[in-house]
Amino acid sequence: MTFSKILIANRGEIACRVIRTAQRLGLQSVAVFSDADRGSLHVRMADEAIHIGPPAALQSYLRKDKIIDAAKQTNAQAIHPGYGFLSENYEFCTMCKENNLIFIGPPPNAIRDMGIKNLSKIIMHDANVPVIFGYHGEDQSDATLFSEAKKIGYPIMIKAVRGGGGKGMRIALNENEFMDQLNAAKSESRKSFNDDSVLLEKYIQRPRHVEVQVFGDMHQNYVYLFERDCSVQRRHQKIIEEAPAPGLDWSTRKKLGEAAVKAARAVNYVGAGTVEFIMDENQNFYFMEMNTRLQVEHPITEMITGTDLVEWQIKVAQGEVLPLKQDDIKLNGHAFEARIYAEDPANQFMPGSGRLTYLRTPPTGGDGKIRVETGVLEGDEVSVHYDPMIAKLVAWSTNRGSALQKLRNALQQYYIGGLKTNIPFLMSLCDNKQFQLGNVHTDFIKENKDALFHLQQITPTIAVAAASAFINSQQQPIQSNPNAAPSFFTTCNNSFRPNFSQKQSLTLNYDKKDYQFQIERIDSSNLLVTYENKTYPVEIRPTKDELILLIDGHQFRCRVHIDGDTCTFYSNVSGTSFDFKLRPPSFLAKLASSGLGGAAATSDNPIAPMPGTIDKILVQEGTNVKQGQPLLVMTAMKMEHVIKANKNGTIGKINAIAGKVVKKGEILLTYVADDKKQN
Amino acid sequence: KRTSINRIQYYRSLSSAVNNYNQLPTTCDPQSDVYKSNYAAMTKTVNELKTVAKRITLGGNEEARKRHTSKNKLLARDRIDKLVDPNTPFLELSQLAGHLLYDGEEVPAAGIITGIGQVEGRECIIIANDATVKGGSFYPITIKKQLRAQEIARENRLPCIYLVDSGGANLPRQADVFPDKEHFGRTFYNQATMSALGIPQIAVVMGSCTAGGAYVPSMADQSIIVRKQGTIFLAGPPLVKAATGEVVSAEDLGGGDLHCRQSGVTDYIAMDDAHALHLTRRIVSNLNYNKSQQVVMKPTVEPLYPAEEIYGIVGDNLKQVYDVREVIARIVDGSEFDEFKQLYGESLVTGFAHIHGYPVGILANNGVLFSESALKGAHFIQLCCQQKIPLLFLQNITGFMVGREAEAGGIAKNGAKLVNAVACAQVPKITVLIGGSYGAGNYGMAGRSYSPRFLYMWPNARISVMGGEQAAQVLTQITAEQRKRQGQKFTKEEEQAIRDPILSKYEHEGSPYYSSARLWDDGVIDPLDTRLVLALSLSASLNAPIPETRFGIFRM
Repeated sequence: MTFSKILIANRGEIACRVIRTAQRLGLQSVAVFSDADRGSLHVRMADEAIHIGPPAALQSYLRKDKIIDAAKQTNAQAIHPGYGFLSENYEFCTMCKENNLIFIGPPPNAIRDMGIKNLSKIIMHDANVPVIFGYHGEDQSDATLFSEAKKIGYPIMIKAVRGGGGKGMRIALNENEFMDQLNAAKSESRKSFNDDSVLLEKYIQRPRHVEVQVFGDMHQNYVYLFERDCSVQRRHQKIIEEAPAPGLDWSTRKKLGEAAVKAARAVNYVGAGTVEFIMDENQNFYFMEMNTRLQVEHPITEMITGTDLVEWQIKVAQGEVLPLKQDDIKLNGHAFEARIYAEDPANQFMPGSGRLTYLRTPPTGGDGKIRVETGVLEGDEVSVHYDPMIAKLVAWSTNRGSALQKLRNALQQYYIGGLKTNIPFLMSLCDNKQFQLGNVHTDFIKENKDALFHLQQITPTIAVAAASAFINSQQQPIQSNPNAAPSFFTTCNNSFRPNFSQKQSLTLNYDKKDYQFQIERIDSSNLLVTYENKTYPVEIRPTKDELILLIDGHQFRCRVHIDGDTCTFYSNVSGTSFDFKLRPPSFLAKLASSGLGGAAATSDNPIAPMPGTIDKILVQEGTNVKQGQPLLVMTAMKMEHVIKANKNGTIGKINAIAGKVVKKGEILLTYVADDKKQN
Repeated sequence: KRTSINRIQYYRSLSSAVNNYNQLPTTCDPQSDVYKSNYAAMTKTVNELKTVAKRITLGGNEEARKRHTSKNKLLARDRIDKLVDPNTPFLELSQLAGHLLYDGEEVPAAGIITGIGQVEGRECIIIANDATVKGGSFYPITIKKQLRAQEIARENRLPCIYLVDSGGANLPRQADVFPDKEHFGRTFYNQATMSALGIPQIAVVMGSCTAGGAYVPSMADQSIIVRKQGTIFLAGPPLVKAATGEVVSAEDLGGGDLHCRQSGVTDYIAMDDAHALHLTRRIVSNLNYNKSQQVVMKPTVEPLYPAEEIYGIVGDNLKQVYDVREVIARIVDGSEFDEFKQLYGESLVTGFAHIHGYPVGILANNGVLFSESALKGAHFIQLCCQQKIPLLFLQNITGFMVGREAEAGGIAKNGAKLVNAVACAQVPKITVLIGGSYGAGNYGMAGRSYSPRFLYMWPNARISVMGGEQAAQVLTQITAEQRKRQGQKFTKEEEQAIRDPILSKYEHEGSPYYSSARLWDDGVIDPLDTRLVLALSLSASLNAPIPETRFGIFRM
């Protein structure tokens, strides 16, 4: 049952994570990759890697056959599925078995049973795990609904089947209220949706999402490794997780763990699994579902239990007994995990993609108390084909408060340029009083919206710092020819002017507001920055990666990254980063509107390029034309010339007459003047 | 094994001692009264310079500047700032040209800004008319300044970028700008002959180019014009109307559209100043030029002593004596100076050093020149020419030694050897007047007539054929002798009446402002900037290959 080479059927940070443990255990690792991941970190880390297809996951990471072939080709004896992709795929698990490959995960039946949500609930109910049932039946008679409600237990949420946005939704706190609320829900639903079917669910106010890490081996041993709280979510996806769950008493913790073990035992579970519960304000919990894989947020459990869960998975898959017994597993300290995504929190957390033009991770200190789990390097692309998660940042400390502090501090030192990330949002989450108190639940972000989404203010110090850092970043003069003898004008690194100082103006734009500066260089490390009629002396000392600024007696660190027209400014004073926009030179707009843009400059109005005869006129007065659209055809020197529109516009007067000879440079037709067009 | 380690350590310690051996020592005492009064005096002198420069660098008066910018035009200095690479120096030349030169007329910077700036990594001469100064018209001094900039371009093989915005010759002064060899026509002669030598000539028409001015873009290798702003014509609309009766607008007569589409006088059309400067940078980036390494560079080491101490050492009193090595120690890398013939002809200090990594042979005065000093100087120049090491002259010279003994010792022919060597030396020569520059001493130390690539003055320096007092003495003595021959009396009052005007005239005309206003130098610089200015000048001068030197006959 032992193996010496494993294939990781995944990508990104989890592939890297598995490879790292495999390497530590002396196992050979095989990566698989799509076209999009040719140079990715997981491919570079692995001992071997097999190309499995184009970027789309359906044609690569979800291709069971190709992955099985890759394992066979490389003589890998086991496959680690990671999370996502094929990790909870019954058929894939079965195919591994058929091909004599060890699937590092639970047996196929457990995957199948837990994958069917209703079936899983019945299994759990039978195993005495608390479960929430609802009523989704066809029978809508009052009597049926009433008795179903009683079965589920109060409070009850009555929801219109077709409902949405809170319409047709009512809550009945007890039996006496039920009929009134049911009728209200039905009538509202009828009015809104022309349908009065309802469904019943147990109503849990401000529910929490609490999950328990469980482990089983092939010898009927089961343990739990305590719980994680993953309540704070956006787009129904986790964003920050912590272990253990805040505010839980030990008896609840034990009950939770034991319920989870019961669940695992009920399906003869083997390997790492997570049992998810929904928890109400009184710490009553109910089984939701079981995830039959290693979770994204597994590191926080590792941090508080001092374990390596991937190592456990590998050992269990080789038939070993669980490394620890329940009594030997001790809960130590508190850990947070923040998921860093390429997304725009201000715009409904819309996922983003693009190149990571600048990437600096926080120092991890070497004691393992801060972990950066990532699969990308500077210059990598966050591809539209996969999950836009850039990294997981994990922080551990002896208690919740100091762990959160550490996470906040590490987030501040996570610098990403090139695309929008949720780092500023995660930081404001860390700063949120309610979050600090541990008052978490699944509607946390919605409820604390105002506090979480305030736009960072730009203080004069920040503005001056950004301008100084920008100017400083422009200090790398051009040595256009590396083979040429150096010019001292390049190497002296200053903007000397004899007997006076150079002054330059700078405009930075942030959130549609212009910030204007007058900057005078004193020498290469001293500037005078005038902003809003006040002049600030600025001293700049560059370190390896950062700038140390001294502005008006206040010293702090910052860095700046310029990518196209965006100047991203980070500082430890502002806490978050600011994306300033740089003004493009005004001549670009003038050039575009003049019709002289690009390599081929032509007249405002189409002219005859040489003497010739007009063959055809393809437009009429008043025709709206697009740039590049053919307007006329003329014959000259035995060649046919198509005269095309040099800009978008409306045709005014047509001077050319078909069959008539024109001189070189003759204006063939004119556009309606721009101002007229607007009127 | 132990002994070998010890030996290595021994050699290491020895080599570090040897490395420090050529570091110049200092006796400068910043606490002394002399230092303090010198420091105060030089600070005052430099502050005066900066006050004058501040006014000059504004350009024309406020009204003229407003009129200029209201037309969406950039000021001449802003154009240069946008043209050169970000955070690179602009070595402006002859900033004080035209200063108090024309009675009642202020012509800041002679209405034309010239200097060396780096564009797309290439050192270029930039010549920018300042239209806020008398419409950018050419005064005699404007022409002299442009010709000097072109001369620098030619000698150092620097591409020329002309940012043209000028009404043409200053008509009332036509006699001093038009007819002579070194007048307006010479600028176009220079454009043609430099182009023939492969030195790129690029013109950017950002305003008027009328009459003679029309030849600047026309003679250029490549030219750019700003649409609806730049105009080029031999005669403007008023003259055309007078001559032919044709009524035509300036834009139709010689605007960007006409010259880019029909006449072909200009090659690129720009939307505005920024666009024109962007196009200029593109042109320079396409020049396909390789600056070759001609000298062996060393890593830069800052001098051991702070440059400010030059103020306290030199002061403003030229009669004060100090060891010029104290100045060298504050200019050269690591204050390291390998002195040549230290014990011979001691009034001229010669030796090898580096400035920002560039090797230089330095000749610096430490008193009046004797025969030995002159011979030593000639020998040293021969050395540097043979090894192709650029020469730096630090002038503080009252002249050659006089008197029977000196004449008998052949001071004339020995001085001539130095002058011969200086004149013929083909390596880049850079001269800084750090004190007095009098008489033949000026010749022997590469004064303006000896075509140093660059010549700068400190604000405390003075230049004249001899000292004011000597001149006054010579003149009063001649009169006294005349009177004596005629048997007439020569009263103290009469002597004073001759003496005083001479003194004040020499003081006035010997001043760096007087000199720089007339372009006898390339600029007055703050002593603190000397090291930087020298390195920039050296860098620029090394764009031209250093030729072999052939000396004239040395009278033995």
